[in-house]
Amino acid sequence: MNHDYQKDISGCGLTGLISKKRRRVSGSSIVKSLCLMNDRGNGLGAGYAAYGIYPDFKDFYAFHIMYDDAGVRFSAEEYLKNNYHIEKIEEIPTCPVKAIPISPLLMRYFVSPLKDRLVGDTRPDDFVVSTVMKVNSEIEGAYIFSSGKNMGAFKGVGNPCDIAEFFKIEEYEGWTWTAHTRFPTNTPGWWGGAHPFTLLDWSIVHNGEISSYGINKRYLEMYGYKLTLLTDTEVAAYMLDLLIRRHGLSISMACQALAAPFWKNIDSKETDEAEALTALRQIYGSALLNGPFSILFGHANGLVGINDRIKLRPLVAAAKDDVVYMASEESAIRAICPSPEKVWSPRAGEPVVVELEKK
Amino acid sequence: MFRSLAPPEYLAKIDTIKCIRCKRCIQNCGWGVYSWGGDKVLINTSKCVKCLRCFHYCPEEAIEIVDSPTRFKSNAYWGWNVIRNIKRQAETGGIPLTGMGSDLPYTILFDNLLIDACQVTNPSIDPLREPMELRTYLGKKPSKASFETGLDGKLRLKEKLPPQIKLKLPIIFSPMSYGSISLNAQKVLAMAAKECGIVMNTGEGGLHEDLFPYKSNVIVQVASGRFGVNPDYLNAGVAVEIKIGQGAKPGIGGHLPGEKIPLEVARTRMIPVGTDAISPAPQHDIYSIEDLRQLIYAIKEATNYKPVSVKIAAVHNVAAIASGIVRAGADIVYLDGFRGGTGAAPSVIRDHLGIPIEHAIAAVDDRLRQEGIRNEASIIAAGGIRSSADAAKAIALGADAVGIATAALITMGCTTCGKCYTGNCSWGITTQRPELTARLDPEVYAERLINLVHAWEHELKEILGALGINAIESLRGNRERLRGVGLDSQTLDILGVKPAGR
Repeated sequence: MNHDYQKDISGCGLTGLISKKRRRVSGSSIVKSLCLMNDRGNGLGAGYAAYGIYPDFKDFYAFHIMYDDAGVRFSAEEYLKNNYHIEKIEEIPTCPVKAIPISPLLMRYFVSPLKDRLVGDTRPDDFVVSTVMKVNSEIEGAYIFSSGKNMGAFKGVGNPCDIAEFFKIEEYEGWTWTAHTRFPTNTPGWWGGAHPFTLLDWSIVHNGEISSYGINKRYLEMYGYKLTLLTDTEVAAYMLDLLIRRHGLSISMACQALAAPFWKNIDSKETDEAEALTALRQIYGSALLNGPFSILFGHANGLVGINDRIKLRPLVAAAKDDVVYMASEESAIRAICPSPEKVWSPRAGEPVVVELEKK
Repeated sequence: MFRSLAPPEYLAKIDTIKCIRCKRCIQNCGWGVYSWGGDKVLINTSKCVKCLRCFHYCPEEAIEIVDSPTRFKSNAYWGWNVIRNIKRQAETGGIPLTGMGSDLPYTILFDNLLIDACQVTNPSIDPLREPMELRTYLGKKPSKASFETGLDGKLRLKEKLPPQIKLKLPIIFSPMSYGSISLNAQKVLAMAAKECGIVMNTGEGGLHEDLFPYKSNVIVQVASGRFGVNPDYLNAGVAVEIKIGQGAKPGIGGHLPGEKIPLEVARTRMIPVGTDAISPAPQHDIYSIEDLRQLIYAIKEATNYKPVSVKIAAVHNVAAIASGIVRAGADIVYLDGFRGGTGAAPSVIRDHLGIPIEHAIAAVDDRLRQEGIRNEASIIAAGGIRSSADAAKAIALGADAVGIATAALITMGCTTCGKCYTGNCSWGITTQRPELTARLDPEVYAERLINLVHAWEHELKEILGALGINAIESLRGNRERLRGVGLDSQTLDILGVKPAGR
């Protein structure tokens, strides 16, 4: 087990929105919202994630991969071709931006695992996760930064507006959006280090520093996760993957593992519930994300906002019509929704869970 | 008269001008250093162990105990104790005994580890304003939980957990048997454990009936001598511990001399009065890991599946052994480092066998994680925990809780003189002489021990607050928040800790 790593820390601003009726919203709103919080970042990282953007390829996993050079692309594609049916390969469309003089090679693949690779009980999702782990930890210079279906992440080193322009974010339409601007305090700009961080259709944007990182990392390693990014966000993403997808917890229970209720609150509940929550803490003590954070995580069926257990980072939510907004600052919401029907500050550790209406 | 060529270690001195001849020193000394000479107190300094009982009880501050200035010629290689032990062995042909943990100057890893603190990017938390949680549950945990929502919409746990030991803070009192310590000393431990919401461990000496009221704060121990073991005993506490080894004397058994076995000890241990109580080196029904499994399950069957802890000394191959113990069904692995205390052990064993607890915790925690079975058992680390800082570091390295014993005895008056095996403890702790044990008032000293535990509790909360975390489980195994100072890279690698500055 490698312990001699340098952890990546940063402060941040985040914003997100979801249309419960699956109305596809242009990326321009989220860009406007994020750019209002420019001073929460320092130009060393910004990114966007959107759901519902690839309706024509919704049954394929959309791999967004960044390569340091063309040689790496060759070896990564070799690996993909051996394991996946590739429906389409294309460069991710970008637009030259003065403020972004250099960028990695950015490719997009719509793929599905080859049937004969799914041995035994391996489900396609598990196979994709193992591919992501393998490529990101073993192929130097290649990095899969998005791997879900009908969703995608776009991120890089730059200001929110420049990154948006570079990736032509305004041309995408999605029903759930998350976005993030970053204030890293110790890392050189690396495109993979920007948020959102994704795995399958989980996408995470995160503001905070998880002080329990060391044990969270070791706990995840016990379940085969390889933490290559050394960011808190990566921990949050894998933790949700473990608790929800692999252990079958509900989103609400997973949130209560990540931001556990205090013992005194658990003890005051009725017997059955107290027993259940006690067990949750006993079993998932190492999954508790301790330290300041606010997190938005998007998934195929909704958007969740959650704060740490004593709310050491800001998170504001608002609703209007079928849209729910969540952001670090209320102003970022009002920038795109001037008169929401309801604005509230979610309490510490109490998740805001928004689900898409059934189709 | 035979006079040993091993010179006395200490010099007891009485200022005859200050001395008022009250003879309290004569009464208080359990070692027979002082006697009455008709007009003044006579001193036999060769019997002095520097326990300082006389010093504290002299009303005139007339007593001074100093290290004897008469020493062999100083020699960095042939040290004082080396020469002295050779002389004693030449005179007796015996094995020099000792008590307490090793006092040799091996590197103290705890003192080369520093804890992190928050600045700017993550806020520290004030434990006086915010909740700070130390509650710890010891026992086997499933790897995942499953819940269901009843028809009433209420949340329920689908599968119950195996029984857990609930601790208010991650500290327990390590095993010390009735026999090796006095009943009053055990009562101090029991009363403090109850008040502090933690547990004590009986050690291998049975459970005296006076401790029955404290049963829910007691772990009972089964060791190679099987002293005091019967079905009621096994079922008396919250858990049962199988003792395989002890950090101070790995690989060897125990020997409680007949002088320390009066009627009450004999009854509790279920042996005849005045006979030596010998605990064999191995358990004679455990010659391999599969035998241990049988005993674990025999005890579980006998106790309706209470948690079973297995205590081992930290030895070179501790990780593999611990893994085997967990796979054999133990709910708790109790690791005892080579600095751990003892009531009696050969010096040569105490000072030269075993490994430091810090290495053992790191190795065991790593191994159990590599094998994906860390959740199957809790780790208790003991053997030289001197402060809340040591406790925090042990937990950060991967322990669920720490065991303290020497620190608890120090609250009762112990000065770590190391003569526990003689049965003459002037503080009434490691003795069965009624005139000595009567000095240890359980209520008075329980309060001191409670104070110590509360003080450490506050300190642990301050440490967590500085770390910016508010639950002990976020410190457990969080080696990212430790840094090594002056440790070589291989040691750092084994501990899984980065050097300071990185």
